[in-house]
Amino acid sequence: MKRLNGIHLRHLKNTQDMKTVKLPLPDRVTILMSQNMGAECSPLVAIGEKVTVGQKIGDSSAFMSAPVHSSVSGTVVAIKEHLLANGGTCQALVIEADGKQTVSAEVVPPVINDKESLVAAVRQSGACGLGGAGFPTHIKLNFDEKTTPIDTLIINGAECEPYITADYRELMENPADVIGGARMLMNFLKIPKTKICIESNKPAAIEKLKKMTSSIPEIEIVPLPSKYPQGAEKVIIYSATGRIVKEGELPSAQGVIVMNVSTTAFIFRYSKTGMPLVSKRLTVDGDAVKKPCSVEVPIGTPISEVLSFAKAQDYEKILAGGPMMGLCIYDTSAPIVKTNNAILAFKKAKLPSSTACIRCGRCIKACPLDLMPEALEKAFDRRDLAALKELKVQLCMNCGCCTYVCPAKRPLAEKNQLAKLEVRN
Amino acid sequence: MQNLIVSASPHQRSEMTTQKIMLRVIIALMPAVVASGIIFGVRAILLILLCASSCVVFEYLSRKLMRRSNTIYDLSAVVTGILLAMNLPPTLPFWMAIIGSFVSIVIVKQLFGGLGQNFANPAIVGRIVLMLSFTTQMTTWVKPFWYKTADLTTSPTPLSSSIEKLPSYLDLFLGTTGGCLGETCALALLIGGLYLAFTGIISLSTPVSFLGTLALLSLIGGADPLYQILSGGAMIGAFFMATDYATTPVTNKGKIIFGIGCGTITFLIRQFGSYPEGVSFSILLMNILTPYIDMLTKTKPLGAKKEARKNG
Repeated sequence: MKRLNGIHLRHLKNTQDMKTVKLPLPDRVTILMSQNMGAECSPLVAIGEKVTVGQKIGDSSAFMSAPVHSSVSGTVVAIKEHLLANGGTCQALVIEADGKQTVSAEVVPPVINDKESLVAAVRQSGACGLGGAGFPTHIKLNFDEKTTPIDTLIINGAECEPYITADYRELMENPADVIGGARMLMNFLKIPKTKICIESNKPAAIEKLKKMTSSIPEIEIVPLPSKYPQGAEKVIIYSATGRIVKEGELPSAQGVIVMNVSTTAFIFRYSKTGMPLVSKRLTVDGDAVKKPCSVEVPIGTPISEVLSFAKAQDYEKILAGGPMMGLCIYDTSAPIVKTNNAILAFKKAKLPSSTACIRCGRCIKACPLDLMPEALEKAFDRRDLAALKELKVQLCMNCGCCTYVCPAKRPLAEKNQLAKLEVRN
Repeated sequence: MQNLIVSASPHQRSEMTTQKIMLRVIIALMPAVVASGIIFGVRAILLILLCASSCVVFEYLSRKLMRRSNTIYDLSAVVTGILLAMNLPPTLPFWMAIIGSFVSIVIVKQLFGGLGQNFANPAIVGRIVLMLSFTTQMTTWVKPFWYKTADLTTSPTPLSSSIEKLPSYLDLFLGTTGGCLGETCALALLIGGLYLAFTGIISLSTPVSFLGTLALLSLIGGADPLYQILSGGAMIGAFFMATDYATTPVTNKGKIIFGIGCGTITFLIRQFGSYPEGVSFSILLMNILTPYIDMLTKTKPLGAKKEARKNG
């Protein structure tokens, strides 16, 4: 089996041995109506209305959507427009917390006894891919077993980005929830096998889960080489099963579904408690952070509160996510959303300026999908859409390996994303 | 609200830069530079310094004249200068070497857009232009250690048919034979080439396929394969010139095809051509084919579906 390309990064998992702590309750939270891939929700509450923890406050009738819930008890004080990182906007509810954290009467454990009720419950939980992509989980689980039977459930615990330890802490603190979630999914979705995939730079987690699953033959713990981007969906499917998800296909076409570790554990907890997705574990780190930590944060908390909790100072750049694929935050009053798994603050953030391409081919050797970033950049610069399509720019997943290795410091991955937009239009 | 930097991911970069790559190539050339100084004397070192500095000056002036950014700090001009000097006979008049530098940097490199844009290896074209313009001076070979004995009688290159006594393998390996100042010492070139391969600057695909093809064809054609590899510009060509990023294919498959092509053309010229040496021409010809090799050796993206190609 061919080994996919990729790059070796410094792991910098400074927070791996730190127990998750709870962030003090913020005074007010801003809950976005668009937190996952798919349609935006409409607010279900009005200004002045009282809300409680776990109460559904936004939903949509669109197929690709997931509801949002209040993370605090308190009063809705404003409904405003929020500017998203992609340039679009969405509605946001501002809730002033009363500090009591009264739990909503809606929070009751769901009744799950078959696939249909599982999918419905997962939708109600507000779950989406917590690794960062934010794909609504219930859609993934609602595969058609006739056309695309699933034989393997992959639990993605690769966490290949530097710094981030959110999934690792889930594995270390709540391994029973991860295993329970996997068994629940196998049971109701009739999937015969689960592979929990963990990068080999997390030996303690591998050891722990191996021990706990030693009597469960249908769950296999698969250590994967620590090589970025091991956790990318196509890469982990290939590494775990040798199957190649083809252009335009969903993983289900190859008989697999991939679930993030934290998503799996969350669904399991929801099935027991009925508490929807209202908080998130974040890794707070970076060279401007004095007190790196793993912290559980109510959804909607301003990023500035997370930063001051971790004593971040003199930062020039704030990232939501890892240094390879994270998004820059332009305003620290922006709220935490479901898909966040890390907030990183950096002091010196100026990137080197680019020089001429010397055709060294390092980008080609780094691309996990065997694309040719060097040729793609040239095709994009001359706006050659036919060449971009032929070179399969649409397959680029923006992992950033090409830009990382480029000795001329050219923005290869960035241009690929722009090219993808041009090709699509 | 404070001023935060917003940029597209990734937010970190590897340590490798173009300048570091060029610096490593210069380091890799040092054993051969030292060897040339020992074998051919101070004049060889002066010639190397002259070529390197004139290349840098030409690079600076031509960029200035074309109102482009100053690129002398990427060190690529230094590499070109040293490589050009390596391909010159030790007794070449200095002014001719400067013409070679001009051709390499201004005509071959900068007029085509500078680093990465040139279609042919600057040092090789520089050498070929000098070869065709000043054939006598370019084929006047002095004996090794001539500076000690002041013996200016010439010795033919080991590849020339007029040679009476063939040098031994040891002479070829250590470079104690007539030839261009940097190409004779196979040992020094091998040390430098392997350094580049082990530090990941070059891939061994090209040199191995180049020298392998040359040896194999020589064996079939009745020539001594080891002799063919060790003599002339085969070693410096295979490790330092046929591995130039800008003018050779980008993929591994392409590099192997490039090497096989170089080996074949070198063999044909040496065996059947009227020139005793064919390495420069073989690399130049393969440089010209590089865009086509690139076109035919594209990688196949993982999971890509074939698209029906539309005409037009």
